[in-house]
Amino acid sequence: MNGMTVIVKTVSSWVKLLIFLFGIYIIIFGHLTPGGGFAGGVILASSYILLMLAFGRNFAEENLSFGWASKLDCVGALMFAALALCGLFYGGAYFFWNFIQQRYMSEGDNVLKLVSAGTIPLANIAIGLKVMTSLFLVTLVLSTFRLDGTVKEKE
Amino acid sequence: MVTIYILLLFVIIASIIAVETRKLLSAVICIGAVGFGGSLLFLFLRAPDIAITQIVVEVLGLIILIRATISRDVTFISGDREFFGMVVSIVILLVITVAGIRVLGTLPAFGTPIISQVSDAASNTYIKEGLAKTGAANIVSSVILDFRAYDTLGEATVLFTSIIGAMVILRKKSRKLLEEPQE
Repeated sequence: MNGMTVIVKTVSSWVKLLIFLFGIYIIIFGHLTPGGGFAGGVILASSYILLMLAFGRNFAEENLSFGWASKLDCVGALMFAALALCGLFYGGAYFFWNFIQQRYMSEGDNVLKLVSAGTIPLANIAIGLKVMTSLFLVTLVLSTFRLDGTVKEKE
Repeated sequence: MVTIYILLLFVIIASIIAVETRKLLSAVICIGAVGFGGSLLFLFLRAPDIAITQIVVEVLGLIILIRATISRDVTFISGDREFFGMVVSIVILLVITVAGIRVLGTLPAFGTPIISQVSDAASNTYIKEGLAKTGAANIVSSVILDFRAYDTLGEATVLFTSIIGAMVILRKKSRKLLEEPQE
């Protein structure tokens, strides 16, 4: 399982960075343009899945290992939950209170700027991280374990 | 308000039965009752989109669970109970059909938004005050990450569950193999 032909490998080694950058753009500009954490996370995951398809599972696992992927997954989930709890404890009476926007930004001041909308960009980043690592992990698990329960051997 | 409490009581009783019953199939059916009660609760709390999601997930989960348990716990029905079951199912089907036709009659005409009919709809607030309250130019982002972020938290958990499901289904004995790789 050493991946596909030279053509596929060459093209995907050029394209992977562009896909990754596009995913990051979609996540960071999620509160201004169409897109957001879910869509950007899927694009980021697809760049890793492209690596996995073209170069084989082991190569992709060297770039983003199983342990690091699960750690990043936990970081994303905890970041999202922490944003919610911050909204609860920063004076707002409820979960997911947009405390940055309500406290430190005046109304409609910096609309359409990159730094605006309070906690929404941070939540987008957290969700993007979580979606990317989750999809990557699902693909990795599906390609690692056989259906009879044995682990495929590394070649 | 009374309907919500009655439904809540129904859900609580069904979940208690699901925990306490001996038969696996009965427990699964009780879990299904809990789920459908929950979706009705969402409907009465004016969250129809979540109610639809809940019903779809519940039907799928119930079918999978029944398929998984039916080989272990088979009960045969014969004689009078078969006739009784048929009558009950026909009555339930009729009730659902009549209710569905009446619900379809109350839907707004094709192409007219629901905001024009219900003045205090939640989507009205989102459109009017979304920019001022959240500061996000993309109104979809402001809805899913600010007004209804609790919903998004649940959706993020779905991905986590999908990994666990894939691992549980695919690894039967591989944990042993991972601990002691050389057989």
